[in-house]
Amino acid sequence: MADQAATGGYHDPPPRMGFFTDTSVCIGCKACEVACKEWNRVPDDGLVLTGMSYDNTIGLGADTWRHVAFIEQRRPVAAPAREDGEAQDGQAQDGQAQDGQAQDGQAQDGQARDGLRWLMASDVCKHCTHAACLDVCPTGALFRTEFGTVVVQEDICNGCGYCIPACPYGVIDQRKGDGRAWKCTLCYDRLGAGMTPACAQACPTESIQFGPLDELRERAAARLGQLHGEGVAEARLYGEDPGDGVGGDGAFFLLLDEPEVYGLPPDPVVTTRDLPSMWRHAAVAATGLMAAAAAAFAAEWLGRH
Amino acid sequence: MSSSEVTRQGLRGMRPGREAGPGRPARRRGRRGEQAMVPAAEFTSYYGKPVINSPVWGSRAIAGYLFLGGLAGGSALLGAGAQATGRPALATAAKTGAFAAGCVSVAALIHDLGRPARFVNMLRVFKVTSPMSMGSWLLGGFVPATAVAAASAWTGKVPRLGTAATAVSALLGPAVATYTAVLVSNTAVPAWHDGHRELPFVFAGSAAMAAGGLGLLAAPAGQNAPARNLALLGAGAEAVAFERMTKRMGMVGEPYSADRAGTYHRASQALLALGVAGTLLGRRHRVIAALSGMALLGSSAATRWAVVHAGLASAADPKYAVVPQRQRRDGDGAAAEAG
Repeated sequence: MADQAATGGYHDPPPRMGFFTDTSVCIGCKACEVACKEWNRVPDDGLVLTGMSYDNTIGLGADTWRHVAFIEQRRPVAAPAREDGEAQDGQAQDGQAQDGQAQDGQAQDGQARDGLRWLMASDVCKHCTHAACLDVCPTGALFRTEFGTVVVQEDICNGCGYCIPACPYGVIDQRKGDGRAWKCTLCYDRLGAGMTPACAQACPTESIQFGPLDELRERAAARLGQLHGEGVAEARLYGEDPGDGVGGDGAFFLLLDEPEVYGLPPDPVVTTRDLPSMWRHAAVAATGLMAAAAAAFAAEWLGRH
Repeated sequence: MSSSEVTRQGLRGMRPGREAGPGRPARRRGRRGEQAMVPAAEFTSYYGKPVINSPVWGSRAIAGYLFLGGLAGGSALLGAGAQATGRPALATAAKTGAFAAGCVSVAALIHDLGRPARFVNMLRVFKVTSPMSMGSWLLGGFVPATAVAAASAWTGKVPRLGTAATAVSALLGPAVATYTAVLVSNTAVPAWHDGHRELPFVFAGSAAMAAGGLGLLAAPAGQNAPARNLALLGAGAEAVAFERMTKRMGMVGEPYSADRAGTYHRASQALLALGVAGTLLGRRHRVIAALSGMALLGSSAATRWAVVHAGLASAADPKYAVVPQRQRRDGDGAAAEAG
């Protein structure tokens, strides 16, 4: 994979930095949301109760740069680290046994074994290798930093809004009353001072891990192997593959369900991948329009002569 | 209990929190069931919330911008042709239309910025990966050219400069009319992005129809024949390209025929039918020609509104992001496994 900062014109850049968000240890405390708001002075965007879950932030936007998703699922879950539980699971192959087990109510960690599970995940800007927001920005306000991250220059942005529908993840948005586009900077100011981004610093379970992307990928692969070894077959990495539609994410995840369950696109593709084809089709259409105009006049001329 | 277990490094004998296990699916997914090879027909989402953020552009501003850009680009071509073939009334009308539509579209663009005073930042960079950057530069050349062309046509002064400006506007016009298709396609909005092959042809046809409509509306019957031809060619191209686009897109094409987009599209079709019929039947009649021209202008505008609302609807519903992406991903996976 090409070094993003080097291709961005930096000489001898530091290693590409990113986030590995391991949602399997997220406890949904939202310390990341708060730390982000505090450090970056992100204004509040209304104190509302959604009524849908413990998530009252809803999604990423101009005033939410870390968003903790909260999913309540009805599906059977085994309590972790319980030796006899494993034995029981092995026997519990038919519906009757399942029901019996559920009624036993062998609660651990506050989760009754009645098939309820909570998924929590802290979402953030992915700092894509091929970032659509950066590609389509007509002012150059969005740029690639020496750390390989993607940042908006607030003194350049003129609020054209093009980056907003360009982002395949629904991250960047326009701030009401301000007009400009805002998103996670991966704490560019803190990185410059050798510090950890506010969200990762505040995370009490190290669900949000910050570091050089190469190292994070190794760590994520090891963690995935560990979870698979423990029987968590549905654990998967999301956004870590440099071969995906955005060239891999600078901020990637370990998920316990399909990406769309967390509100993430299953197979995002940077829109500018198709841009050469779009320009070609437009060029043909423009030529056709010119030819149609010529034909419109030629037809009259031929009719007269 | 805790007094002996807790150390400064954490709980003695415990692994770090980030190595904790989340519990694992106990049953159901086990040996009983096989892994599904075909993706489920239903889709899941996060409480039905959209996957992408919707465009913040005002739907009227963006649709108006698309329509006026097409009208301006097509009219510049019509004006140049009319001048070259000795149809001064048509030339003046078309050049005026190109200038006025160009001005209003730039005004709409600036008005829709979050920071209108920073419009000139558009000219900080020249970026082929940003259709909005290319469009800004295009309009930066096109609108002044149409201004000179129109001024010269009205006043009769500086005819050579006027002719040169007319030529420049005619060269840039087709680009002004079609780049807007790339502008909206080059987003993650499913109904726009997936239409990127046909949308330039829809917009080119729509532009020709609008410019021809304006010619029919504004030029005397003796000079409007090329406008009529252009409008008919455009109407046909737009209708065919639109149909092909929505057919090829499959489920992502659904929003084009539903709700507000569907209403605008049906209005566009009805106006197109009226306009084409009037153009063919009442070709010599000044009033009928003008009414037909208005219908064609309205049809072109309604198409742009349909495209904008289809895009907004597809952005708001996570289905249009999730289902095609899963099909693509799982299809690729199955193909890779088989091969």
